[in-house]
Amino acid sequence: MTELLALETTRRLMQPTPIAPIHLASIALEKSYRKGDLQIPVLHGVEINIRRGEFLSIVGQSGSGKSTLLHVMGLLDSPSVGEVLLDGDRIDDLPQKTRDELRNRVFGFVFQFYHLLPELTVLENVLAPLMIRHSMVSYWKRRREFRAAAEEILEKVGLTHRLKHKPNELSGGEMQRAAIARALVAKPEILLADEPTGNLDAGTGQEIMGLLRNLNEQEGLTIVMVTHDESLARSAHRLVRLTEGRLELLHDAA
Amino acid sequence: MYKLLLCVRYLRTRFIALASIISVMLGVATMIVVNSVMSGFGTEMRSRIHGILSDVVVETNSLDGVHDTNRWMTIIREVGGDDIESLAAMVEIYGMMTYDYRGQPVMKTVQLIGIEPRTKSDVSPIAGLFETSLDSYQQIKEQGQVVREPLRSADEPVGWELTADAAEDRRHRIELEQRFLEQREWERKRSQPEAEALDHDPSTLFEPINAKTSKDAETASPPDFSEGEEPAIAVDPAAPQRARLYVGAGLVEYVYTDEETGKAKVMRIIRPGEDVMISTISAGRPEPVRFHATVVDIFKSGMSEYDGNLVFCNLEELQKVRGMIDPQTKDGAVTSIQIKLKNYDRAAEIVKRLSTALPPGLFSVRTWEQKQGPLLAAIEIEKAILNVLLFLIITVAGFGILAIFYMIVVEKTRDIGILKALGATSRGVMTIFLSYGLALGIVGSGVGVAIGLLFVTYIDNIEKGLSKLTGRKIFDETIYYFPKIPTDVSATMVIWVALSAVMIAVLASVLPARRAARLHPVEALRYE
Repeated sequence: MTELLALETTRRLMQPTPIAPIHLASIALEKSYRKGDLQIPVLHGVEINIRRGEFLSIVGQSGSGKSTLLHVMGLLDSPSVGEVLLDGDRIDDLPQKTRDELRNRVFGFVFQFYHLLPELTVLENVLAPLMIRHSMVSYWKRRREFRAAAEEILEKVGLTHRLKHKPNELSGGEMQRAAIARALVAKPEILLADEPTGNLDAGTGQEIMGLLRNLNEQEGLTIVMVTHDESLARSAHRLVRLTEGRLELLHDAA
Repeated sequence: MYKLLLCVRYLRTRFIALASIISVMLGVATMIVVNSVMSGFGTEMRSRIHGILSDVVVETNSLDGVHDTNRWMTIIREVGGDDIESLAAMVEIYGMMTYDYRGQPVMKTVQLIGIEPRTKSDVSPIAGLFETSLDSYQQIKEQGQVVREPLRSADEPVGWELTADAAEDRRHRIELEQRFLEQREWERKRSQPEAEALDHDPSTLFEPINAKTSKDAETASPPDFSEGEEPAIAVDPAAPQRARLYVGAGLVEYVYTDEETGKAKVMRIIRPGEDVMISTISAGRPEPVRFHATVVDIFKSGMSEYDGNLVFCNLEELQKVRGMIDPQTKDGAVTSIQIKLKNYDRAAEIVKRLSTALPPGLFSVRTWEQKQGPLLAAIEIEKAILNVLLFLIITVAGFGILAIFYMIVVEKTRDIGILKALGATSRGVMTIFLSYGLALGIVGSGVGVAIGLLFVTYIDNIEKGLSKLTGRKIFDETIYYFPKIPTDVSATMVIWVALSAVMIAVLASVLPARRAARLHPVEALRYE
């Protein structure tokens, strides 16, 4: 209990000052999907500013568009209207190739269903972003360095004993740790987590949350987490709710 | 890097990919085997056709032939210059060969060729044409056992003499025949002593034979049609006729299947030393002429068209019988002159030069390929058509790959989404599946080439095994004349087949790869 309290105090102390620059922002973001002849709107002019080193939680009911918001901000999808800014520069209208590279270098993704590649071992899964980033030759030259980096990160998430295992031999918590390790290996600036605990039991969920908080506090990683569980979301700096494609501020720890 | 890793992993974990590998492999192997056998047959046939003919043939346009052979040959030598290796004059004419078999007269239309065996042998591209094709020079084997050693040693020059065995055989047969006739004579005299004795001319030993019941009387023994040239026989009744023949094996042999062993066996009706009758037409005014000739040897080139048609005769005798010899100058006419060149590549040029140098109405000059053009063209066309058909098989395999790949892409939709989320480009995703196709193609055609080459190498053993298994002879040497299945593996062909199979595999993976590349990452991630 005291330990938890201590953690809480450190967290409050380490909070980003309001002066921290805006890292990721969206301006009047709208997104609608086409279903046959119908246009189904998902996001209605979402405006959000995320500061560097901030841990932001987005809650909302399923179908509220929170995953879509995350995808649009992470360049997995493009907005129908509006802009996405990274460090003040518009990034959603960049050419496909540059967006692919930004996804690889700037963003780290963690998904509800872990999304590990079933044919690869845990270690290979973690190495995948680096393999994608580097050409075959340069990867081969630096493979020892990369491997060491991957092993270090896997140690951090506590999976050292699972390096050679295939994803289907792991438990849900272990898979999510592996997915987080994969998201981190490329040293991203922003971690986008889509219901990272949604498929885990309460205990494991807490563990994963602790891991994310640690990353935020120790590495200064900007984290945007989407969840439907408000109690989990409350441990973030800021909590916003997305209802029917519109944002409302629920809680600002600052 | 991830492309290679995933490509290899997908290859190792998808058994369905094995199906496409096998289909490519089978296609490639079949193409290699069929092509090798086809070109084996082709080469074998070409060499046999070429073996009988010579490089360039100068033919007269009339069956009467031309006189002054030496003059024409000198002209040819002058025109051809250094390119001419050797020349041979021949008389070619159609005729009919008649012999008795079990009391029945057997008639065959033949192509009668008057030759000098040595000069003919010289113009053939095969070293020792007759040494390799005449029966008496061959060792006969049956089931690996030597049944008969060659009757003539390889260094004995070809000629028109009977072998010792054949001569002995002939003497024996004629003696038996004579004894039989004498006995009949004696019996007849005894039954009709007076009447018959009067009109019997004792100088003729042989009467036209009507008693063909005895096996010894199979051959018509020389009766009267040789226009009073009987004295030779009176001296030595067993001496061979003046006309000597090499008879194509197909004319005097037939192949049957032995009831007991089921093996193909050869039955020879006429053996060297026996006589046959040849009918043909004389030169000048076409009048029928016929003469008896002694078969000296059996000729077997392996080309059924030749073995079933050709009868070689000594040139001088044929000229004499056909009345082609000028009574004053004693100069014999010939109908064709065969030319062997030092370098066959120059044949077209030589043909052109000869055609202009020789009187146009009298001769036609052609290379052997022009002479046998339709047959050679037929082989080529056959091969081309077969190749197209077999290539379609590989294309079918290509469509199989397409379907299987499409399935794998659908199955891997989520993985593709993940890769894109991690920053993989569309091009990178496409590369995974293209190199997957390439790998399939390379593995499939590699194994296919190996299997195809092994099959070709052991084709005779495989044929035997299959024949045993099915109980039917697959490669019947009685039809094809080849003791073994001829094969001819060309490196270019193998490389082309392998490359095109790889190409097809890659092309077949383009469509699925494009689909994979175009997947929207969010939709791919949501895919269940």
